[in-house]
Amino acid sequence: MSAPSQTPAAAGAASNTPSSTAPSASTTNADASSAAAALKPIQVKLVLLGEAAVGKSSLVLRFVNNEFQENKEPTIGAAFLTQKCKLDDKIIKFEIWDTAGQERFHSLAPMYYRNAQAAVVVYDITKAASLDKAKSWVKELQRQANPNIVIALVGNKLDLAATSRAVPAEEASAYATEAGLLFAEASAKTGDNVMDVFTEIAKKIPLEQLLASRGRAGASGASGAGAAGRVDLNAGPGGRNAPQGQCGC
Amino acid sequence: MDEEYDVIVLGTGLTECILSGLLSVEGKKVLHMDRNDYYGGESASLNLTQLYRKFRPGQEPPSTFGRDRDWNVDLIPKFAMASGEFTNILYHTDVTRYLEFRQIAGSYVYRDARISKVPSNNTEAVSSPLMGIFEKRRAKKFFEFIQAYDFTNPATHQGLDLNTVPMTEVYKKFGLETGTQDFLGHALALHLDDAYLTQPAKETYERICLYMNSMARYGKSPYIYPLYGLGELPQGFARLSAIYGGTYMLSKKIDEVVYENGKVVGVKSEGETAKTKAVIGDPTYFSDKVKKAGQVVRAICILNHSIPNTADADSLQIVIPQNQVNRSHDIYVAAVSYAHNVSAKDYWVAIVSTLVETAKPEEELQPALALLGPIAEKFVDITDLYEPTTDGKAEGVFVTKSYDATSHFETVCQDVKDVYKRVTGNELKVENMVKKQEEGGAAE
Ligand SMILES: Nc1nc2c(ncn2[C@@H]2O[C@H](COP(=O)(O)OP(=O)(O)OP(=O)(O)O)[C@@H](O)[C@H]2O)c(=O)[nH]1
Ligand SMILES: [Mg+2]
Repeated sequence: MSAPSQTPAAAGAASNTPSSTAPSASTTNADASSAAAALKPIQVKLVLLGEAAVGKSSLVLRFVNNEFQENKEPTIGAAFLTQKCKLDDKIIKFEIWDTAGQERFHSLAPMYYRNAQAAVVVYDITKAASLDKAKSWVKELQRQANPNIVIALVGNKLDLAATSRAVPAEEASAYATEAGLLFAEASAKTGDNVMDVFTEIAKKIPLEQLLASRGRAGASGASGAGAAGRVDLNAGPGGRNAPQGQCGC
Repeated sequence: MDEEYDVIVLGTGLTECILSGLLSVEGKKVLHMDRNDYYGGESASLNLTQLYRKFRPGQEPPSTFGRDRDWNVDLIPKFAMASGEFTNILYHTDVTRYLEFRQIAGSYVYRDARISKVPSNNTEAVSSPLMGIFEKRRAKKFFEFIQAYDFTNPATHQGLDLNTVPMTEVYKKFGLETGTQDFLGHALALHLDDAYLTQPAKETYERICLYMNSMARYGKSPYIYPLYGLGELPQGFARLSAIYGGTYMLSKKIDEVVYENGKVVGVKSEGETAKTKAVIGDPTYFSDKVKKAGQVVRAICILNHSIPNTADADSLQIVIPQNQVNRSHDIYVAAVSYAHNVSAKDYWVAIVSTLVETAKPEEELQPALALLGPIAEKFVDITDLYEPTTDGKAEGVFVTKSYDATSHFETVCQDVKDVYKRVTGNELKVENMVKKQEEGGAAE
């Protein structure tokens, strides 16, 4: 898979897509991307979990916009970002959910991770307690989330390893292996390993299975009812209570 | 939490969550607390463990029901009308982004001891056993009248001013049989009793239009339903609130609401007091400020088969008009299944409900229970319906209503609008409230 790339179509269509330079690791060439652009992207819901201030939002910001903000405010407002990745002949559109701060008082709604296909569980390598919190999230996901969910455990703030590491890499890695998780240490600040985390997740997602279960109509097909009886309310508010004299019967 | 908030909301039921979502979007600083460790209050969906903890304390769910995570059992039986106000609020707040909806496969009505599908198109209407051939012609005339009716154009009125004439007059004019009246008034207009007959016909007209427009939207029934159960709805609006800065705290015991000189000044929880000038809460937080307005009996039934005579429908509504079973209030069945991710594979969950009329509420449900076939497990709940005794403006404490016996969320929306107006002084306008996120865009 090439590094994440915003296809020209997507970048053009979205007025508020930041005009970030493509990550340097990108190997996308024009031919490949136009062929890929013809494909319907496969939507993958990815959620972030982890203690407050471990760097969840910073990792997403690095992944989506390739930028980093020192002293980032606690997350308010940033809750829903998308990023496309190319994997062989498929395009994956990550729909990335951030906690919107509900995590702060242990009040995250299960709806948040209920139907996620992927989760990035983050801890801060300079804070031992944050790994315990990460482990409890992994447990919760394994109990309540989609059984096929791909979980990555990420030790963030790797740039601080030399000065203030509190969690040995071996310890977290051994736990991840035992629990069946992808594992990486990364730094949202320097960008180290951030792309790789998402790439590895994309590779591990059972895409064929996902497509099969969604049927040909796709999870959010065209306006109206999909093949599986699903309806897309985003298509528009539709005929509300008809104005007087315009009953639809 | 020792801070000052514009509004403190108690209870995370759907009504309260919509309100905190809307108020947060408007820039109000909201603190939202719930005594439970889950979202949804009286409008939650429970997993097996939670369900048994509530209805069968000390008893384990049978292993045949499978995994906990597969179950999201609603406590209240409601669907969303596809073209109703609730769907409109969902759309304009962009909460549709967080949820996936599915159609309810059919709506059925009980007549002469059997159920028949409410026709969803012309072909079904022609072959429907609900009316005889001559009655169908009369009904057709009635629908043509409804469709053509224009309040501003007397030429369309056929001598009936719907603002003033009672519904009985309209039925009489078209010569409709009582069975047809039951069908129109109860299965389409979704009136719970016959009080509407003597009321001006306008409301019934509007309800029939809402039903038909909703039916026309996706085709099978007027209803849609969120995957993973109704409990997703309050969570969706809670997330909206959180995204706009709302603070959420579950498992918070509320010690007291604090007043000074007859005005609310804060809420005390676990020894700390959060300051505010306005508190919104559900009736369970304000037993001193509500009165009982009725009682509902609900039987949550788990089935390992589809409901007989429904062509294996994965979901449905059945309306049993009160006349048909010698009652004063209709009985409803609302059924969903594993197709909506609310139960383990091959299970259905049917909730039978009605307004209580006798001292033996469970027996009142019998005509509906008899339609379901063998019932694997049944949980019966008798709940009082509450409404506030005051508008709350004097104290700054605004109490919401219990979830009523209607089959949809339109009355919840009325309550939301009503409370919103009492809190802010303004009419609620959801259109263009939230900048909708474009498909494929990134936002922060
Ligand atoms: N040195 C260093 N600092 C980081 C890194 N990632 C994030 N930070 C900083 O850590 C703080 C918290 O980062 P956020 O991204 O807001 O953390 P969060 O997990 O989203 O926090 P909440 O939204 O409050 O739950 C900010 O001051 C960031 O600048 C990193 O890789 N290295
Ligand atoms: Mg954050």
